[in-house]
Formats: sequence, C-alpha cells, structure tokens
Amino acid sequence: MSKRQGPVIFSDIEPYAGLKSAVKMGESKIILDLVAKSNLRGRGGAGFPTGLKWKLVFDTQADKKFVICNADEGEPGTFKDRVLLSEYAKLVFEGMAIAGLAIGANAGFMYLRAEYKSLLPLIEKVLTDMRADGALGKNIMGKEGFDFDVEIRLGAGAYICGEETALIESLEGNRGEPRNRPPFPVNTGFEGYPTTVNNVETFAIIPHILTKGAEWFKDIGTEKSSGAKVISVSGDCENKGVYEIPYGTSLNEILKMTGTSSAKAIQVGGASGVCVPKEDFTRKIAFEDLSTGGSIIVLGEKVNLMDMVENFLEFFKEESCGQCTPCREGIPVFLEAVKSIKDEKCTKEYLQDILSLAETMQCSSKCGLGQSVPNAFVSVIEKFKNEYKLSKKIKEEKVFNG
Amino acid sequence: MQPICSVEKIIEKDGKKIVVCDDTRSQLFKLLQEAQDKNGYISDKDMQEIADILDIHPVEVYSVVTFYSFFTDKKKGQHIIRISNCMPNEMAGSKEIIKVFEDELKIKLGETTKDGLFTIEMTGCIGMCDQAPAIMVDDKLIGNVDTEKVKKIISGLKQK
Repeated sequence: MSKRQGPVIFSDIEPYAGLKSAVKMGESKIILDLVAKSNLRGRGGAGFPTGLKWKLVFDTQADKKFVICNADEGEPGTFKDRVLLSEYAKLVFEGMAIAGLAIGANAGFMYLRAEYKSLLPLIEKVLTDMRADGALGKNIMGKEGFDFDVEIRLGAGAYICGEETALIESLEGNRGEPRNRPPFPVNTGFEGYPTTVNNVETFAIIPHILTKGAEWFKDIGTEKSSGAKVISVSGDCENKGVYEIPYGTSLNEILKMTGTSSAKAIQVGGASGVCVPKEDFTRKIAFEDLSTGGSIIVLGEKVNLMDMVENFLEFFKEESCGQCTPCREGIPVFLEAVKSIKDEKCTKEYLQDILSLAETMQCSSKCGLGQSVPNAFVSVIEKFKNEYKLSKKIKEEKVFNG
Repeated sequence: MQPICSVEKIIEKDGKKIVVCDDTRSQLFKLLQEAQDKNGYISDKDMQEIADILDIHPVEVYSVVTFYSFFTDKKKGQHIIRISNCMPNEMAGSKEIIKVFEDELKIKLGETTKDGLFTIEMTGCIGMCDQAPAIMVDDKLIGNVDTEKVKKIISGLKQK
C-alpha cells in the first residue's frame, strides 16, 4: 500500500475489512441501508446516490444481475483512476464484491480504458491474489452462496464510453452510442439484466463505509456532500498530482495545498466543466457548489482561455458519437463561433444566437456529453469579458450553417 | 482471462481454442483485439471471419471497428506513438513534442514512416496530465517527454 494521506480512501484500513463486515451483516437489506444512510453519491461526476442505485437493482426481479466498474475515465485532466487502480485495486474489487452481495449479483465487469492497458498485468495479479485469499470466487470469506468474480474488459479508445449506457453498449460488443433512458440500467442494463454501474472511486469508498460506519463518513465533508473527493490537479501548478480532499474544500485551499501562488483561473471538471475566475476561488468542491468528477486544471496568466475552449471543442468534435443532432451539429457551430471571436469578427447578435444554441444543446442533447459541451464556452464568455473582443459592427450577415 | 459467465462455448479460430460466453456478440471486442494484436490492424478477411464466428453481418463488425479510435482497418506502423493533446498537455508543450516527432521521423501527424516502423497520431487525454507532456508508445504510457527523450524512444524502438 502506498503512503498517501487522506480522509477516506487514503485512510488506513485492514485488508478485506470491508468484505468481512459485509459478510457479518449477511443480509442485503442491512448493507443497502448502511450505504443509503451514508449519503454516498457517485464519484464519476453525475453524483447519483449509490445506495438508491443499488436498491433499485436489488428491487428488480431477475435471474441474473451485474456489477460494472466504470474505469473509462477520459475527462481531460483526470488521472485519479490510474492512481487508484495502480495502488488501491484491491479496495476497488472489494467494493465490487460487496456490491455483488448487496444487490445479488454473481458477476462483475471492469471496463478499463484502452489507454490504461499497461495496468492490466498488475490488476490481473490483484484478482489472482484475491481469488487465492478467498475474497473472490466461490463462497467468499467462507459465506455459503456468496459467489462473485470480476472480468476485465478493455475498451478501445472512446471518451463517450464513460457514459454508463454507452459503456454497456460497448461491453455488449456494439458501437458506444448512449441508449435512450428510461429504461435505466438498474432495470435493463447489461444483456437486458439489472445492472449497477459505479465509478472506480465509488467502489473504493465502499469498504471504508462498511468498516467505519455511515456516521463516520457523514462527519467528513459538508451537510449535503458526505465524504471526500479524489481530485487530479494539473496545469500551471507546482505539485501536480492526486489529492483526497473533504467536500467543502475551496479552490483557494487546493491552490495552497499544491503550492501554487497565483493563477488566472481554474477549469473545474475538465472539458465538460466550468472555468472559474480568480475572484470566485472561495467557491467549494461539493455537489451543491462546484460538482466535479475530479479534474482540476490550474490556468496561469499566460493561458489564452479562447484557445482552451477551442481545444475542448476540438476534443468534443472528435469524441461525439454523432447519434443525436444537437451534439453532432452543435459542436461545429461552437467551433466556428470561437474562431470568429478569436478573429474579432463575432458580433453581439451572433454571440446571442450562440448562447441560445448553448441552451438548446444543454436541454436537448441525448446524453451528458452533448449537454455539457457548452459549459466551458459559456463560463468563459460570461466570466472573462476582457479575454475576448467582439466585433464593433452592429450587424453582420451571419447565418447558422450547422 | 477467463470469462465469468455460466454457460461457456468453445470456438476455434486459427486452430486455437477460445472460450467465450454463451452470448457471443459481447465477445466481439476480444476477437477484434486479438486480430489487431496479431497483425497490427483488422483486415477485411478478419472482419468476415469474426462475423462468421459471432453469426452477425460483417458490416456490423466494420461499424464497430470504425467507431473506436484504437481499432483500425488500415495497416499502420509497427509502433504507434500517440501524443496527448488535452489542455494540460497543450499547456506543457505537446505541440512542440509533435513537431520533434515529425522532424525526427520525417513524417506528418497521422502518417507512417516508409520503413513501416512508426505511425504518429494525436489523441485526447491519456490520463497522464500530472506528467505532461505525455505520450503513449504502443501500450506504454510515458510522461515528462522532451526532445532528448523523444530521440531516445525512437532509437530504442529502432534497435528492437
């Protein structure tokens, strides 16, 4: 185990302590109650209550159920799962086995992004060790009928597969195109069976909650956001890396922690997140304030924010699955707008049109990718008025060609 | 890797036995990855064979191959070098790294060297932003890349 320090995942825990207490609790209902009581919310970014998700799977009648670990982190600026899987893989699989016991599933998949293929031998070894220790396989920890095992499936380089229904499609051997919802994966997931899809970090928290209790977990963080978040800090800062911070930590405190003296702005949440200006560095990482999957990109004075927005849009253009119209057709229009702003050719009216397109995309795109494409653009336009210049022309003949 | 599903089916490909789940479609990735590992790309013949094994139309296989950026139906270099161009990497100078690779290998981004050894590509975030600029050489992640390191990587791979 590594010597990282933190309030939850990076705190001390005995090997398999979580599994042992889960087995002692025995019944699904007790585990589900405990997880629900802890207020644990998904750490992938969307923040859906984990206890509720598991209960929905538990309540669905089916002869097979599945646990899926989403290890397809692709958000620009995140690398926490790389660190968690290299150093805390056992904890993650323990969490998956506990989920299996809680919802009544015997099989789990880890969808590992192709970029992390080099971690595969290490992760496979952890699985082998755990099988030898009786922590995976048949009759786990000596509990009759508690069978659970995990298979690693490699992705093939698609950002969209981090979206849970696209991930399931990909696992089934299809193109990674998000499904319509409802039905939700908790009812109709992998192969049509009830499935829970959780983030690597969420699973790694589970053994801690089972060992130390819901009250211990709720004491960390804020009233509405229990626990801590593992963040990936990169960009113009001294000590880049992975940190675990209790919810409610402000951006100022993060800068201090990483030894960064000055920054113009911070991009919170990667390409799909928002750009926060200096005067708002008192804002906090929490579901009720700045909700994020963990990407913190520190932007120094030299960074041109319009270049950054262009970089994100180029990324989305490449990664959009092309299935729904607002996303597929909207992104090129945004790119065009950014270029015209950079050339100082964008008029006030044209910008208004683009901002209304942003609203359309946010409410009509099929999945989280399309919905969050405009975030960075809108936040820069609204908060950094001196970063760009609009054209002085009153009106320019400009029509959408998207 | 052993599949964990309850009903197993054994199929034969290239005289090799492969254990797959009863639901064969979900084995598509595994078969594509094996084909690509063997030849460096997935040929039309591979796609037809895989389609026959899984009892689906080859067009379906083709649609999956072309959707994912790590699958390719065209022959590429023996070593694929992917340079991450996400924001933290761009801030750390990924554009210059691309330029160094282009100059050293005398090809443009997206091209393959004449000897068939190298292909250079740009990619999104590879989860190495703490060590930006970072690249991926085949499956390996390499961080803190600079001109010296690029030269070393290239000469190291040439000697293999």
